[in-house]
Amino acid sequence: MKINQTVSRQQGLSLRIVQTKKFKTNQFVFKFRSRLNENDVTARALIPYILQSSTKKWPTTADFRSHLDELYGAGASVDVNKKGEYHILSFAVDIPNERYLKDPTPLAKEALNVLKEMLFNPLLEGDSFSPKVIEQEKRTLKQKLQALKDDKMRYASQRLVEEMCKGEAYALHPNGSEEKLNQVTAEELYKAYRNMIEKDTVDLYVVGDVDSEAITSYCQKEFHFPEREPVTKPDVKSINTTDAKEVVESQKIKQGKLNIGYRTNIVYGDDDYIPLTVMNGLFGGFPHSKLFLNVREKESLAYYAASRVESHKGLVVVMSGVEPAKVERAALIIEEQLQAIQNGEVSENELNQTKAVLKNQMLETLDASRGIVEVLYQGEVADAPVDIDRWFEKVDAVTADHVIAAAKKLKKDTTYILTSGEE
Amino acid sequence: MQKQTFKQLEEEIYFETLENGLTVYILPKPDFNKTFATFTTKYGSIDDHFKPLGEDEFTRVPDGIAHFLEHKMFEKEDGDVFQKFSMQGASANAFTSFTRTAYLFSSTDQVTKNLETLIDFVQAPYFTEETVEKEKGIIGQEITMYDDNADWRLYFGAIQNMFHHHPVRVDIAGTVESISHITKDHLYQCYHTFYHPSNMSVFIVGPVDPEEYMEFVRANQASKTFDPPQQIERKFDNEPEHVKVAHNELNMEVQVSKCMVGIKSIEKNISGDELLRKELSINTAFEVLFGKTSDYYTDLYDRGLIDDHFSFDFTQEQNFGFGLLGGNTPDPVKLAAEIKEILLKEAQNPTITEKKIDGVKKKNIGGFLRSLNSPEFIANQFTRYAFNDMDLFNAVPTLETLTVEDIHTALKDFIKEDRITSFFIVPKSGGENE
Repeated sequence: MKINQTVSRQQGLSLRIVQTKKFKTNQFVFKFRSRLNENDVTARALIPYILQSSTKKWPTTADFRSHLDELYGAGASVDVNKKGEYHILSFAVDIPNERYLKDPTPLAKEALNVLKEMLFNPLLEGDSFSPKVIEQEKRTLKQKLQALKDDKMRYASQRLVEEMCKGEAYALHPNGSEEKLNQVTAEELYKAYRNMIEKDTVDLYVVGDVDSEAITSYCQKEFHFPEREPVTKPDVKSINTTDAKEVVESQKIKQGKLNIGYRTNIVYGDDDYIPLTVMNGLFGGFPHSKLFLNVREKESLAYYAASRVESHKGLVVVMSGVEPAKVERAALIIEEQLQAIQNGEVSENELNQTKAVLKNQMLETLDASRGIVEVLYQGEVADAPVDIDRWFEKVDAVTADHVIAAAKKLKKDTTYILTSGEE
Repeated sequence: MQKQTFKQLEEEIYFETLENGLTVYILPKPDFNKTFATFTTKYGSIDDHFKPLGEDEFTRVPDGIAHFLEHKMFEKEDGDVFQKFSMQGASANAFTSFTRTAYLFSSTDQVTKNLETLIDFVQAPYFTEETVEKEKGIIGQEITMYDDNADWRLYFGAIQNMFHHHPVRVDIAGTVESISHITKDHLYQCYHTFYHPSNMSVFIVGPVDPEEYMEFVRANQASKTFDPPQQIERKFDNEPEHVKVAHNELNMEVQVSKCMVGIKSIEKNISGDELLRKELSINTAFEVLFGKTSDYYTDLYDRGLIDDHFSFDFTQEQNFGFGLLGGNTPDPVKLAAEIKEILLKEAQNPTITEKKIDGVKKKNIGGFLRSLNSPEFIANQFTRYAFNDMDLFNAVPTLETLTVEDIHTALKDFIKEDRITSFFIVPKSGGENE
């Protein structure tokens, strides 16, 4: 299993082309990253949405979308995310490969034209985005932030992180906050945009059956990203954990949420990172994991109970949905599952099963073009380039002792409980 | 084994109906790592009134039973089938819709073993009173979780407004009350009626050799015995053409209101090409009227009445169908009124032009191509189409033949004042932020 990636660097841009005949469309993804920062997180979160909603050539969403429809339904999407304490803005265009169309007009270049227009030719009035567009996108983002509160599963996850990482950049939501959104000015937005173009670390991924040379020369000619210093690496490890704390909140809901955050100080790229992912697989990553079997199946305590690794921050987070009256019991069973692993209850069977599922998951991820981009970018962000064969070897090499050692690194930090108002 | 080739798309599909009635489809994807397979029965939440296998009288079963049965299929005397799949490096899942129950797995390793597990576990029911009782707790939690999900309540609220009797109005999982009546005998009764191979199909997508896999399924089925296939008789109460209620709403702990407009289809027995054309026509009309390139979308968005999660869809099954349009909005009353007005006006004085339709066609051609990147899409959608006597690969060619007149006529027949309803989710008053 190899990913056929060629990398070329030009000024402020790294171009990464992955050749594959697997897909009927070609995928182009720009990734901009900077440090998560309270001062500009909200402004930055608006930028991709402003850029996709009005450019000089396509001043309205309808103009833009009509153009995409003409390109056989090219898909354009933007996304705002975080990886550890990096803030990541993505711009993607997925366009049909004309080989499968009756109409042979080449389309890859059109995809790049769309990205170029979005990134470099925004609709401006002086040194500012159009006030109308700003208002519109602020309103949309506000609704998005409010909707987050309505999705109790996501809300509980965000609240746990806010409580657990108070004062750390990681506590910030990648979409920023409603409070900041009300205050953000046109000047701040334009500055955030210029910073994104001039200071962020920029990667462009191209996945598909494409003409590499043509794409490389297009990028050299058309994408002007000035030379820049690399974004400094966040220090996510030197956090003093104090005693475990518990935060309880109540709302009028039927199903309670119990989320628990642990610190591991193991991040992507570390030697014990792969053992940690295997340990998480045993603990709560999959339907065969201890959490699922014991909290959900055996005790019928919860509809879901799972854990995941925050790979670039060194956390393990448990999430569960439980009846409010059973929160304590569920917390106890969850704790017991972790202790069981720490005490060496790791069977050969469980271990092999987890490795098999992890490997399967990786191969499946590579069956989607966005999946390939995310796997590669994961390594890029950690400065630990991905080698798939090597990854498989490392997973195979994990022993029960490694898993136990990784489990022992988990330090409970914060328990967040969302319960019903009826007391 | 037959084979159909789609030259322009560079895809081929192999299929065969076995002696016991099971239909098997194989679509090779040689460049992929994973194989995705589904085993689906044409049995969903709406099939609650039927003649059980070998009986003469119709019987009604508790709401939510198809979904309950789906859950219980995974539990066997020697343990949980999920465990077996993950031990074999596969991830397995299942879902129940209004009309189908599907069991599926994907894996990159030990694929034939996983395929065998899939087929064998679905063909070996094992229910006991004890395990049925235990499941009630788990599904009860699932139902409660959906109760808190505003989007789900919105969706079902609109459907319940539309239908008087049709079982589509019942939540797929049932209620805590309805599932309390389920017994193991009910499960066996439903199982034997609906899980006969002749009511099911297998779909395999991945880097597989078609002849080898077809032979594998043939041999597996030949080693088992089944009753002879029998026509399944389902019964549906007579459903009026007009909606049950024109409006309803629900208070929930949400920040933003939600609005859904529903339009009820009156088709009672539609399938094949007719169904395909109907679905494509209405969806094209919706896309022209409310898609992101439309004047209406732009206007509603500019005025802040909708956000970019505004969505619309039309679904038609054999004996029920509906269009749904809506999303988050600060003013659900106004949004519902405007959507309704647009639809009614369009039905009377059509404005949809050839050029607009061509735009939608082009977009859908590319969209379909993109869907072919997804084994999940291919298997699930192909099966849904096949159960309705339609061919997924015929969707784009059919779309290309649609004319302006087709679309005008479809809208005119579909949009009628008394078949439209609205449902809102509104924030509980007071204490908006804690």
